[in-house]
Amino acid sequence: MTLTSRFTVISDTAPALVPVTFEGRPLDVPAGTSVAAALLSAGVEQFRTTPVSGASRAPFCMMGVCFDCLVEIDGVPNRQSCMVPVRPAMVIRIQRGARTLEGGS
Amino acid sequence: MTAAHTDVAIIGAGPAGMSAAIAAREHGMSVTVLDEQAAAGGQIWRGVLAAPKERMRILGEDYAAGAQVAQAFGTCGARHLRGAAVWQVTRERLISYLHDGAHHELQAGKVIVCTGAMERPFPIPGWTLPGVMTAGAGQILLKSAGLAPQVPVVLAGCGPLLLLLAAQYLRAGVHIAAVVDTTRPADWRRALPLLPQALRDWRLLAKGRGLLRELRASGTAIYTGATALAIEGEHQAAAIRFDTPQGPRHVEAGLVLLHHGIIPNTQLTRSLQAEHDWDETQLCWHPRASAQGALADMEGFYVAGDSARIMGAAASAVSGRICGLAAAGAPTESAQLQLAKLCAARPFLDRLYRPQDALRIPQGDTIVCRCEEITAREIRGHVANGCAGPNQLKSFTRCGMGPCQGRQCGITVSELIAQERSLSPAVIGYQRVRAPIKPVSVGELAGL
Repeated sequence: MTLTSRFTVISDTAPALVPVTFEGRPLDVPAGTSVAAALLSAGVEQFRTTPVSGASRAPFCMMGVCFDCLVEIDGVPNRQSCMVPVRPAMVIRIQRGARTLEGGS
Repeated sequence: MTAAHTDVAIIGAGPAGMSAAIAAREHGMSVTVLDEQAAAGGQIWRGVLAAPKERMRILGEDYAAGAQVAQAFGTCGARHLRGAAVWQVTRERLISYLHDGAHHELQAGKVIVCTGAMERPFPIPGWTLPGVMTAGAGQILLKSAGLAPQVPVVLAGCGPLLLLLAAQYLRAGVHIAAVVDTTRPADWRRALPLLPQALRDWRLLAKGRGLLRELRASGTAIYTGATALAIEGEHQAAAIRFDTPQGPRHVEAGLVLLHHGIIPNTQLTRSLQAEHDWDETQLCWHPRASAQGALADMEGFYVAGDSARIMGAAASAVSGRICGLAAAGAPTESAQLQLAKLCAARPFLDRLYRPQDALRIPQGDTIVCRCEEITAREIRGHVANGCAGPNQLKSFTRCGMGPCQGRQCGITVSELIAQERSLSPAVIGYQRVRAPIKPVSVGELAGL
């Protein structure tokens, strides 16, 4: 599926695409970058919801400082998507609120 | 578990870390560099060894210069641990880190902290909305993934990075809806007396002028002297509004990139309980250190580059070299002279791009702590009720206790309480930072 992204790949690169799923939907995203950059490139708007008010958040700093890009990756909650390299067949989900002790969100 | 040993451990592989490693290796020390990223370069030279030629042109010569340092680092004989997250360092220099999903320990003879800088928080209404990012984030997307905006983008704030990113976007063919410049005429008047000293580093000033000229020649809408910035949008950024000397303005934008300078990333030195001093010129905390970068009252610790004080990439490389030499017991005098020259323009830049009080220390319902969603009004209320400082505020509100561990709100909280109590942040102090300073799971710890 295609979403409208805020970002587009500039002409200097024609990156290979890798398949991942996000919230159960298949997405083809650029390889060789972070999960956060890959999802932004694919037009993902919402990465997590806050534990306090449930507000939507998306990457703010892209360098591991703000923790607003948290997602669940392959069943592991609270991953900093800007710090994790994207890999084929990753199963990615929105981090909804706080993680639970059992894992998952 | 027995920890591995290294003569010198360096945390961070940006300009300072790489240069520290090269210097220490020249003097025969065994060196281990731990860095979170998959490749050397730090944020400023991120992806520099992998960048295609066209991207090098877009990013400019200061970026391309990083390739030489990264290559020298790659062959200097230091052990480079890529993707290593350091979550604890003790005062005895035992380093705990995660690498390849497993926990490791490293005992170091000397530790050089090269953790760089982070962007100064920009707490204005709407800054937590999706579609609002830091200018640094925009640049990281460009460097690491070749991504540029395709929706109306506004760059807002002040400082060299904002100008540089604008120029880079223009070179990449991006249409910039507006540059909202928060620098006011009074800032220029205050900075001008420092210009003669800054001319010692005239090359840097010439580059800045070149960027300004590039931006003006592009015909991009530029609003100067902007105040009272706020992002509009219900679930995501839709527009930015602000006041100018000519009246209020409103610019539609699907992406707003904010920037008003960078501050040292002191999370590690804080967790070591090293002494930190408030710098009223740079409006941030600095770890207390000697001219050679040795941390005060800390045996065998050094701090270099932007994590010591904001100095930029070229100076950070020399600062790293000084610490690498000092850790190896080698003389540092000539490198110190070089560093002084590379820092000559800094006081001028600090004064010119001093971020506005109202854009650092918010009022009303503006969120201060992004994680726990604590507003300026709530914090001021607690101070009015007798809350004395950032650590007491944690007990009252959890401000600074979310996933980012206070990285995003720490400096704002200190400044806000200071303002409310009419004291200096130096008196108010900072949130206590404790290990683990990186997320680590119980399962990972169990592997110890």
